[in-house]
Amino acid sequence: MSEALRMFGAIAGAWVRAGFTYRTSFVVLTSTGMILTFLDFAIILIMFSHLDALGGFTLTQIAVLYGLSGFAIGVADLLLGNAEMLGQRVRDGTLDQMLVRPVPALVQVAADRFALRRVGRVLQSGAVLGWGLSAAPIDWTPLRVLVLASALVCGSLIFASLFVLGGAFQVFAGDASEVANAFTYGGNTLTQYPLAIYPVEVVRAVTFIVPLAFVNWYPALYVLGVDDPFDLPAAFQVASPVVAALFVAVAALTWRTALRHYRSTGS
Amino acid sequence: MPMIDVHDLRRTFLIRERRGVLRRTRREVQAVDGITFSVEPGEAVGYIGPNGAGKSTTIKMLTGILVPTSGHLRVADLDPSRRRTELARRIGVVFGQRTGLWWDLPLRDSFELLRRIYRVPTPTYERNLSAYVGLLEIGDLLGQPVRQLSLGQRMRADIVAALLHDPEILYLDEPTIGLDIASKQRLRTFLRELNADRGTTILLTTHDLVDIEQVCRRVMVIDHGRLAFDGDFAALHAAGQATRTVVVDFHDEVPPIDVPGSRVVRVDGVRQWLTVPAGTPTGPVIAALASSHEIADLSIREPTIEDVLPHLYARP
Repeated sequence: MSEALRMFGAIAGAWVRAGFTYRTSFVVLTSTGMILTFLDFAIILIMFSHLDALGGFTLTQIAVLYGLSGFAIGVADLLLGNAEMLGQRVRDGTLDQMLVRPVPALVQVAADRFALRRVGRVLQSGAVLGWGLSAAPIDWTPLRVLVLASALVCGSLIFASLFVLGGAFQVFAGDASEVANAFTYGGNTLTQYPLAIYPVEVVRAVTFIVPLAFVNWYPALYVLGVDDPFDLPAAFQVASPVVAALFVAVAALTWRTALRHYRSTGS
Repeated sequence: MPMIDVHDLRRTFLIRERRGVLRRTRREVQAVDGITFSVEPGEAVGYIGPNGAGKSTTIKMLTGILVPTSGHLRVADLDPSRRRTELARRIGVVFGQRTGLWWDLPLRDSFELLRRIYRVPTPTYERNLSAYVGLLEIGDLLGQPVRQLSLGQRMRADIVAALLHDPEILYLDEPTIGLDIASKQRLRTFLRELNADRGTTILLTTHDLVDIEQVCRRVMVIDHGRLAFDGDFAALHAAGQATRTVVVDFHDEVPPIDVPGSRVVRVDGVRQWLTVPAGTPTGPVIAALASSHEIADLSIREPTIEDVLPHLYARP
C-alpha cells in the first residue's frame, strides 16, 4: 500500500512539475475552477435569500451537507478521477502499456495526467464545511468529532470506489464515462441538498444500492443532532466506515475482475 | 530452464456482432489455437505471421496483459497474468504502434520516472542511460517532449526506456514499422549487439523478414493461431522456397538473360525480373549482368512473409 502511494507520488509529481512549466495556464485553470465551484454554492445562498429552511434544514446545516459531499468527491476526484478515462485508454490501447509496468494499473491510471488544479474543489468545500460547522448550532461531543472525521475519510472512499467502479465498467462497456459521471458528479449534486427534499425511493436507492447517503447525509444527521425524517435505523448514522469498507471491497473486486477480462485492442 | 515455456496455449475471443437493430450474433474466434514452444535464455527469436495471425495476442499473453483461455504458460518461471507486476520488473516491452513514454513529458523526465517506477539503482540507471542513449543517438533529444519526436526518434527512445531496468527478456512488437532504411538498420545492429553482449533474450514480431535475418537466429511463423514453422532462417527460406528478385533495366531491349544461379521470370521491354534463391548472395549475379550488358537501373526485392507462407503448409 505504501509502495502504491509512493508510486502514485512519483507519477503524479512528474505531472505536477510538467504542469508548472505552463505556470500561467495552471493559475488560470485553478482560479477559474475555484470561481466556478464557488458559484455552485452561491446558488444555494441565493435560494436562501428567499427561504429560511429547505427540507427542514437551515443554510448553515446545508453548508455542512454541501461541504462534506464536496470535500469527499473533491478528494476522490483529485486522487482517482482519472479512472473515468479508462474507456479511452482501452480504446487507444494505452492501458496495455500500463499493464506491463511493475506498478498496479489503478495507481498508474489514477496518477497519469494528475491535475493539481482539482484541489480547488477540496479547498472550496472545506471552507464551506468549516463555515457551516462553526455557524450551525452543534452540541459537540467526542463521538460527534469522530463521526465527522470519519465521514471525511469514508465519504472520500465511497466516491473513490464509485470512480473505480465506473472505470472497471468501461473495460466491459467501452466508453461509458457519461454513465459513470451520472453516479459520481450526479451523486455529488444530489447529496449537496438534504435528502429530506427527495421522494423516499431516492433515499432508499442512495442508502441500499449506491451508498451515497453515507457520504454526508447520515453522518451529518448525527453531527447536527437532527432526527432522520425517514425514520431509518439510527445505526445508519454511524455506519459510514462499515459501508465504505464494503463498497471499497466491491470496487476492488470488480476492478480485478475487469482487468482479468480485459481483451486489449487488435494490434 | 527455458526463459519462455508455452504448451498448447489458446486464446478465444467472443465477438458480438450487430445484425440489424436488436439482433446480435456471437461468434468465437480462436486467435491463438494451441501453440507450443520454448525459448532458452539468450535466444533471439523472430515471431512472424500475417496480420491477424495471433502474434500480438501471443505477446500479450506472454506479458500478462491478456489471460489465456487455456494452456500452460511460464515466463521466467512465473505465470504472467497472475504475477503480472512481478514479471514486469524482469521484462521490457516495446509496442511499435504506440509509445510507452509520457506524451507530454520531456524525454528525460520520462526516463527518470521509469527509473523510479522500476526502482532502478542510480548507478545502473546512469550506466544504462548513457550507454543506450549514446548507442541509439538520442542524446540531443532528452529535453524535448515525446510528442515532438519523429517516429524513428520515438522508437529509439522507447527502446532505451524498455532497457533501463536491465530486463532479461525484451519483447518488440513491430519495432521497425514505418521507419526509414537507415533507422531500421541502426535498430537492427543495436538489437543484435544487445543480444550478443548482454545475453538479453529477444522476441521480435515483424513483417520485415530482413529484421529477422539480421537480428534472430531462430524464426517462428504463426498463421491462423497455429505455429506453421519453428527453425532457423536458412531452413525457413528453404521450406518457404523464398526468392529475392533482381529487377534490372537494361539500356536496350535484350533477350532473357541466362546467368547461373538465377532465373528470368518476367520480361517487359528493357526491364527483366530475375529470381535468386534467398539464401544465396546476389552479388555474383549482378556482377555477371553488369559485365555482359549495360545496366541503366537495378533494384532488389526481398522476399516477404506473404511469399514464404504458402509453401510452409505444403511441407509434409
